[in-house]
Amino acid sequence: MLSATLTFQLVNLSAAVLLLLAFAMLAQRRTVALVDLFTAQGVALSISTLVVALNTGQDHMYYSAALTFALKVCALPWILRRLIRRLDVQWEAESRLNTTATMIIGLLVVIFAFGLAEPISALATTITRGTLGIALAIVLLSFLMMITRRKAISQVIGFLAMENGLFFAASSATYGMPMLIEFGIALDVLVAVFVLGVFFFQIREQFDSLDLQHLESLREK
Amino acid sequence: MPWSTWIGYSPIDATLVLIGVWLLLGVAGLIAPRNTRFVAHVIFPLGALVCLAMLVNAVIGIAAPVEARVMLLGLPDLPFHARQDALASVFLALLGGGSFGISLFAAGYFRDGPGAAPGLLGFQYHVFLASMAAVLLADDAYAFMVAWEAMALASYFLVVTQHKVPAIRRAGFLYLLIAHLGALGILLSFGVLQGGSWQFTFEAMRAASHPAPWASAAFFLALLGFGAKAGLLPLHVWLPEAHPAAPSPVSALLSGVMLKMAVYGTLRVALDLISEPLWWWGLVTLALGLATALFGVVFAAVQTDMKRLLAYSSIENLGIAFSGVGLTLMFRGFGLDALAAIALLATLYHCLNHACYKSLLFLATGSVLHATGERNLGKLGGLIRYMPWVAGLALVGTLAIAGLPPLNGFVGEWLLLQVFLFTASVPQPFIDMLVPLGAALLALITALSAYVMVKFYGVIFLGRPREPALAAARDAGWLERLGLGWFALACVLLGVLPVFVLRLLELVSVQLLDATLGDRLESWWLLSPISAERASYGPIVFLLGLAGVVVVTTLVVRHYYHAGVRRGPAWDCGFGRLDSRMQDTAEGFGQPIRRIFAPFFVITRTVPAPLDTAPVYAVQIDDPFWGWLFRPIGRTVQGIANLVARLQRGRISTYLLYSFLTLLGLLVLVL
Amino acid sequence: MIVAATNQLFELVLALLAAPLLLGWVNKCRAWLQNRSAPSIWLPYRNFHKLFHKDALLADNASLLFRTAPYIVFSSMVVAAAIIPSVGTALPSAFVADAIALVGLFATARVFIALAAMDIGTAFGTLGARREMMIGFLAEPALLMVIFTASLISSSTSLVAISDAFVSRELAIYPSLAFAAVAFLLVLLAENARIPVDNPATHLELTMIHEAMLLEYSARHLALMEWAAALKLFNYAAIGIALFVPWGIARGDVGYVELLTGAPILAVKLMIFGTGIALIETLSAKLRIFRAPEFLATAFLFAVLGMLVHLLLGS
Repeated sequence: MLSATLTFQLVNLSAAVLLLLAFAMLAQRRTVALVDLFTAQGVALSISTLVVALNTGQDHMYYSAALTFALKVCALPWILRRLIRRLDVQWEAESRLNTTATMIIGLLVVIFAFGLAEPISALATTITRGTLGIALAIVLLSFLMMITRRKAISQVIGFLAMENGLFFAASSATYGMPMLIEFGIALDVLVAVFVLGVFFFQIREQFDSLDLQHLESLREK
Repeated sequence: MPWSTWIGYSPIDATLVLIGVWLLLGVAGLIAPRNTRFVAHVIFPLGALVCLAMLVNAVIGIAAPVEARVMLLGLPDLPFHARQDALASVFLALLGGGSFGISLFAAGYFRDGPGAAPGLLGFQYHVFLASMAAVLLADDAYAFMVAWEAMALASYFLVVTQHKVPAIRRAGFLYLLIAHLGALGILLSFGVLQGGSWQFTFEAMRAASHPAPWASAAFFLALLGFGAKAGLLPLHVWLPEAHPAAPSPVSALLSGVMLKMAVYGTLRVALDLISEPLWWWGLVTLALGLATALFGVVFAAVQTDMKRLLAYSSIENLGIAFSGVGLTLMFRGFGLDALAAIALLATLYHCLNHACYKSLLFLATGSVLHATGERNLGKLGGLIRYMPWVAGLALVGTLAIAGLPPLNGFVGEWLLLQVFLFTASVPQPFIDMLVPLGAALLALITALSAYVMVKFYGVIFLGRPREPALAAARDAGWLERLGLGWFALACVLLGVLPVFVLRLLELVSVQLLDATLGDRLESWWLLSPISAERASYGPIVFLLGLAGVVVVTTLVVRHYYHAGVRRGPAWDCGFGRLDSRMQDTAEGFGQPIRRIFAPFFVITRTVPAPLDTAPVYAVQIDDPFWGWLFRPIGRTVQGIANLVARLQRGRISTYLLYSFLTLLGLLVLVL
Repeated sequence: MIVAATNQLFELVLALLAAPLLLGWVNKCRAWLQNRSAPSIWLPYRNFHKLFHKDALLADNASLLFRTAPYIVFSSMVVAAAIIPSVGTALPSAFVADAIALVGLFATARVFIALAAMDIGTAFGTLGARREMMIGFLAEPALLMVIFTASLISSSTSLVAISDAFVSRELAIYPSLAFAAVAFLLVLLAENARIPVDNPATHLELTMIHEAMLLEYSARHLALMEWAAALKLFNYAAIGIALFVPWGIARGDVGYVELLTGAPILAVKLMIFGTGIALIETLSAKLRIFRAPEFLATAFLFAVLGMLVHLLLGS
């Protein structure tokens, strides 16, 4: 059993690392590096869940930590890397705005999320309720990443990072979700990645590129 | 003061008398309007003496009790009211001190030349000074508006001194247009402030109750009006045109003194006439101020005309002053009066600082203009050899405006940053996270202004002369040096003795905010406005330490290592054949800003074709607000005017028809 | 009181004498990492000795500003060293200037170097001045946010008080300080002309920033400027140590023994710091000049994140 203050500090540290990784994904240019950052997020998430599990001693948190590790550190990055290799994606993941503007907008989004979460986190009962704001910020930042990217793979990774943020909110603010829901979400994410992978092959066959700008030609004239 | 009651002296009477003397001096100049020597050597020095008397009187007036007078002029049922309290006295001191140096300089500056006669110039100048003092003393809306309009008109005539040049006439017209727009806003604001009592004295406005929507309306109308005078976004477009168009002493007076009247007005309306400001007014003012400051400094960095550069720098400094006003209002709105007091002191200190160093720099450009005839930075350079006095005094001004310790710019900035640190404790969820970012923006703005000033000083005074004619430049005369030296001395004194000034300024916050810093201004050499453990700054010890180390280093080096000094051509990495065209230009110095802050500008480039035999590369940078705001408004007004012009058919029968129809309509309505 | 004065003098002399040693150590580590034979660690001292004895060669249009700038720049760095706690926090001069004044001192040095570079009117000098001022205005907001975060945690802007507050806390992980530390490291690299922002060993026109401004200086003026640059690196390292790894700094009124034990601890920290700098320089490539704004924007971002995390989590 971990002491309360040590739990508090480790969870806060993981929260800060997750926020940092979300920002790094927002500013990152190379697609393969995005997958690495996503893997790192998975590692931080597993550690955070493990720490909460050690503190509370609940069994399902252990299973949750193991599941997170298996899915987010092993399975999904492997699938994504295979996808990138087979789709022959170029190095650069173009973004619509320049990096500095994106980071400043990200900063404003973080401030918005923190400000929003302050009164809500006062209602929660766990020791790590301050991390709710950070989780919300991670969700919003990943959403922002999905908006400002042009390559399809980056948007998938943004979607997965969003799910990371939600999971973190659940594990730190409310000490986990019911196992059923967790399995359900994990299955949904896996299926989504498979389906999107299939879509990407179709897109690439149609347009010979994964740049989503080509999809814009599909509109009423 | 006991002797003052004995001889019947009171500061407000003295101020009124001095205003009268200024007007008399102005009229006296009209006796021999074309006699430059009479005006320059008699009228202006006498005016300078009056300015000095105004400064001394105002400093006494800050500590004196508040007094009011009713004059014999004015409307039958609304005579002019005058009142001198601490806030008015501080700005009167600014007016007196600033105009003293400028009048001294002007005495040595004005020469025979095209444009208005010197006597007329002297008249306009002294009416300008008198009207600014009248604005500060005015205690009712009518007197305020009369003085404000007189100020605008007098400064208009001063700006268009060289009225034969069309560009200067256009600049003057734009200035007058926006000044009137602002005056309209102020008038409407006073109209709202009277709160139903239909009494337009400030006493009545203080006593009236202002329900929240009306108070907000009054404040924002006042912000619009005073912001137009100060050059806040988006009504700043007149500043970069009018300040360079005017003669240099007038530019110094406009930038150094007149723009502060806007800060005075805003403080008067928001803290005195409306007694309980709302915190979100402060937030809006803060945001507007910071945006203006960033805009001003970014544009200053890309200018190629030295006076336009200083004009944009004035926009920046007024933006910083207004962000201080915003912080004051915000803290006052949250009830944190002690913090509001410090914010108010920081704002007032910044106003004083700006008056000193901006006047100094504008006067220095006046000397450069007289000596070389050039305003374009691309034709100056290396003047430190030919004009050492001007260069040395301008260096003090440059270091002060860049915010370097131990000069005065740093004290103002230090106070403002300390206040920003406290915004994280404000009891409002988003504000406590957003406003500390304003501190980072302020740091960016200050560092950018250091960049701009290094460009200004380096391109004009350092390096090699870019034109051979510059070798004929001669240094400024003794009167001009006196004027410049006065401001340089003020920069140094305000930098190393801030506690004395703050003790005086504190009386303003006692009157307006009912908050004092108490014993935190105890020690005269250590500035710790919050608490000694929290933050402290001792400028005298700092300066002595720095100077001491310089002296010790020089002595040690000279003692132990007395190798000689030889002169030779510049090394330049062995390239040889160095000429003045190889050094950086003003455009080159602005290139990083053009790249990093590209969205701020509207850039028109003319690039030569590859096979051009006489290639020309031109870059023109325009203010985006012309395209976003003023040209569309201009087109709309023109369109409406064209529509209305359709009524003018030119035929008399049509006009008679209009009169007939109006008569029919009136008959129907009345009967 | 006497202990405090001794501490002050000791720290000042230590900074003056050890700054070139730090520079020598960084160069030595770089050489080892790049598989070259390393210069002696005492090389900067020998360099200064040689330079001080030479005749100074000034350009024929060099003004008084050019001749006095090295003294002013050197003095700013010495005064800065006097107010940064490196061995003990009992500094009587620390109440004269707080962290913001320290940033102002660095700005003074920067402005004077830039003005002196523009004085001769060569292409290199003016180009270097322009670039240096650009790096300066981008780095100052980031540095200020780092100080902000530190002062929010310790509720003071005096460097001595901040260091005192941090030393007294028990060993724990503070994410906000971690972010601020990364931001400070990036600003340090930019301000001290290290790769990836500037190459301290280059003399190519396209890649010089700091070196370009020193081209026209020779003999004792050059020695003073180089010493000032070494002192600047030492000062930045000392600020970083005082803010982020302050354990080992003697707190308050202590005896001479604690002061003496503080010096070896500082030496160890500086050695690690020097190795770290050399490692970063070897592993990174120099950025294009207009990627430097992004680099410094990242630093600013880290600093603001640190402040926000502190406001939200209270740690």
